[in-house]
Amino acid sequence: MFNEMSGEDGVTRSAYEGVARWIDETGVDALLLKTEEAEAIFRRIGITFAVYGEGGDPERLIPFDLIPRVFDAHEWRRLDRGIKQRARALNAFLWDVYHRGEILKAGIVPERLVYQNAAFLPEMIGVDPPGRVYSHIVGIDIVRTGENSFQVLEDNCRTPSGVSYKLETRAIMMRMFPELFQSLSIQPVDDYPDLLRKTLEEVAPPACKGDPTVVIMTPGSLNSAYYEHSFLADRMGVDLVEPQDLFVDEGRVWMRTTQGPKRVDVIYRRIDDDFLDPITFRADSVLGVPGLMQVYRTGGVTICSAPGAGVADDKAVYCYVPEMIRFYLGETAILENVPTWRCSEPDELSHVLANLGDMVVKEVHGSGGYGMLIGPKATAEEIEAYASRIRAEPADFIAQPTLELSASPSLAGGGIAARHVDLRPYCMVGADMRLAPGGLTRVALREGSLVVNSSQGGGVKDTWVLSE
Amino acid sequence: MLSRAAENLFWTARYLERAEAAARLIEMGQRMTLIPGPGRDEWRSVAAVAGAAHLFEDEERITEARIVEKLVLCPETPASIRYCLNRARENARAVRTAITAEMWEALNDGWRRLEMADPGAANRELPAIIDWVKTRAAVFRGASETSMLRTDGYYFLRIGGLLERSELTLRLLDVKYYVLLPETETVGGGRDHHQWTSVLHATSASRAYHHVYRGDFSPWKITDFLILNQRFPRSVAYCYNELSRYLGLLALAYGRRDHCHMLAGEMVARLADVEMGELFQTGLHEFTTEALQHNARLSAAISRAYHF
Repeated sequence: MFNEMSGEDGVTRSAYEGVARWIDETGVDALLLKTEEAEAIFRRIGITFAVYGEGGDPERLIPFDLIPRVFDAHEWRRLDRGIKQRARALNAFLWDVYHRGEILKAGIVPERLVYQNAAFLPEMIGVDPPGRVYSHIVGIDIVRTGENSFQVLEDNCRTPSGVSYKLETRAIMMRMFPELFQSLSIQPVDDYPDLLRKTLEEVAPPACKGDPTVVIMTPGSLNSAYYEHSFLADRMGVDLVEPQDLFVDEGRVWMRTTQGPKRVDVIYRRIDDDFLDPITFRADSVLGVPGLMQVYRTGGVTICSAPGAGVADDKAVYCYVPEMIRFYLGETAILENVPTWRCSEPDELSHVLANLGDMVVKEVHGSGGYGMLIGPKATAEEIEAYASRIRAEPADFIAQPTLELSASPSLAGGGIAARHVDLRPYCMVGADMRLAPGGLTRVALREGSLVVNSSQGGGVKDTWVLSE
Repeated sequence: MLSRAAENLFWTARYLERAEAAARLIEMGQRMTLIPGPGRDEWRSVAAVAGAAHLFEDEERITEARIVEKLVLCPETPASIRYCLNRARENARAVRTAITAEMWEALNDGWRRLEMADPGAANRELPAIIDWVKTRAAVFRGASETSMLRTDGYYFLRIGGLLERSELTLRLLDVKYYVLLPETETVGGGRDHHQWTSVLHATSASRAYHHVYRGDFSPWKITDFLILNQRFPRSVAYCYNELSRYLGLLALAYGRRDHCHMLAGEMVARLADVEMGELFQTGLHEFTTEALQHNARLSAAISRAYHF
């Protein structure tokens, strides 16, 4: 297991020297006390995620780990290039599958993975979003298994969440430990909202003349990510709308304001495709803006991310991203994929079934760490039960080897212990590509756990990228 | 601004003001129970002012424990502190982007306190709870005062708060005049005096009143103070003047006046004109009833004018 701080040889890696010194000087007891202080601040500010209907506190804190995760400038440059490359290829793929489908005709990606995918929207065929951008915020989950070994775990092309935690954990760290930021050169991250706004303005629709009006669309304050929606709207200085605040008239989208209707040009939506427009998608839905899709198709408004972008972040499509990079960009993938077996392929299926005890199996359409099989941690009965699910619908599953995820020193179990981490950087795609340094580091605070999702008891920590 | 945001700001302020009003009323109730006497039922007056008399219809005598249960802790009673604070917070949460971090923190700090308090503890800690509620409202107002841009959002917030505040003062006077005094007591007697001064306490007005009228606690002077005084921030006249001023700023910002401006103006003119003697002649109760109806009409007209 690679330890982010002490490396392969047990010697503190240079990027972590400042952190190691700080831990020594401060001492574990003081850090544990500081953790309580940080949680009190989180609670008061209301940085929570909402989980209604499961009992307990409906507005939960995400556990926050004070010990940061650090990248040096050199490591980050490579990640930065790899992430942008991937975001570029994914957008090229989306444009292709909604137009001529050349990668399918070339036999590189199987047609059924696209056309039979629930996230594929026939309504999007032939639609040309401004700048050919479909996924405007690409969240790419990355794990590390060794000093120079970074692998992409999955892509999130719809509405990846968590960026508010990244910014808030940084703000809290700066507030509680200003001396760290005074003595080390840590690249700032707080221009993210400005970059996001710029990105969204760049993809204004053809009908927009003058300064575009950007809004964030949230399902409402009961949504688990509502804090993030309001946070981003606030930091960008744009209106946070709910679907009922919008309506369509004369080929444009309008919001209801105290001074009458105001035109909207770009909608950063944080609601699912299904609930965008009851006329096009779900007649039974009371959510949504009737007629929105028609305005979108005729260039009266930009929807970010584009409807149907989810077809690129499917776990089965994921296997083909390195091929996409070669096909569209003529480049070799800078970041590797985790080796993945597709249960839809008979050969691969039999390999998976024969080796279930060593693998992690995921549902192709699943998310949030639910419905996984972690072979080495499962009992014989669990494995057998899962195997019969796979046999029934092989195409619904993919399998990966259990990775030795890197671990980062964390405050857990009453002291400092190594806990597994991953990383979700956020790549913004407009006329330009922008990537704020670092990303959201999630940490599996339960001992031995590999699952970092907040819905499964994972926590977050600040992510530093050091300057040269 | 978004109509929904304006509506939420308006109601955040109203609910918070209402929560504070409930706390003040309960404080007044406690103070009144300190005076001994037969057949007293001060808590019924409190319930009546809070608009919650119907909850206690079947009870011969209302105890403090029942008041705490219904008007402090109950999550479903619209008159309860918990209900109002929850609604204020929900409204504010729905417009997190329209309020400042300081304002949100004022509402969010310890928001589950009442949810977690058991009735026994809440009874014992009643004064602390009342202080806490008043502090929440004060911190919120202070935060908005010092951190919020003076744009339409601020005006909607203030208008909601002032409308609600005038409401409490009117209700207090109404109940004092007709409900409080047991039939066995005489107007102007010791109990009457204590009750009137309790009304002043409930509106944080005792000191201010003393500065204006010295030791003269006659009902018409107290009424004059609470309805017509132009300088006391809880008087009906003051609330309406301010309300009207903020509506005027909205009209200026938007370049358009509406029916609500006319309604507010009517009340301001009326209060500037009226004489206390005349008011008592036609009946204080008639006046307050009419004023409360006017409040409701104004609230509806504001919603219509700004599309919420």
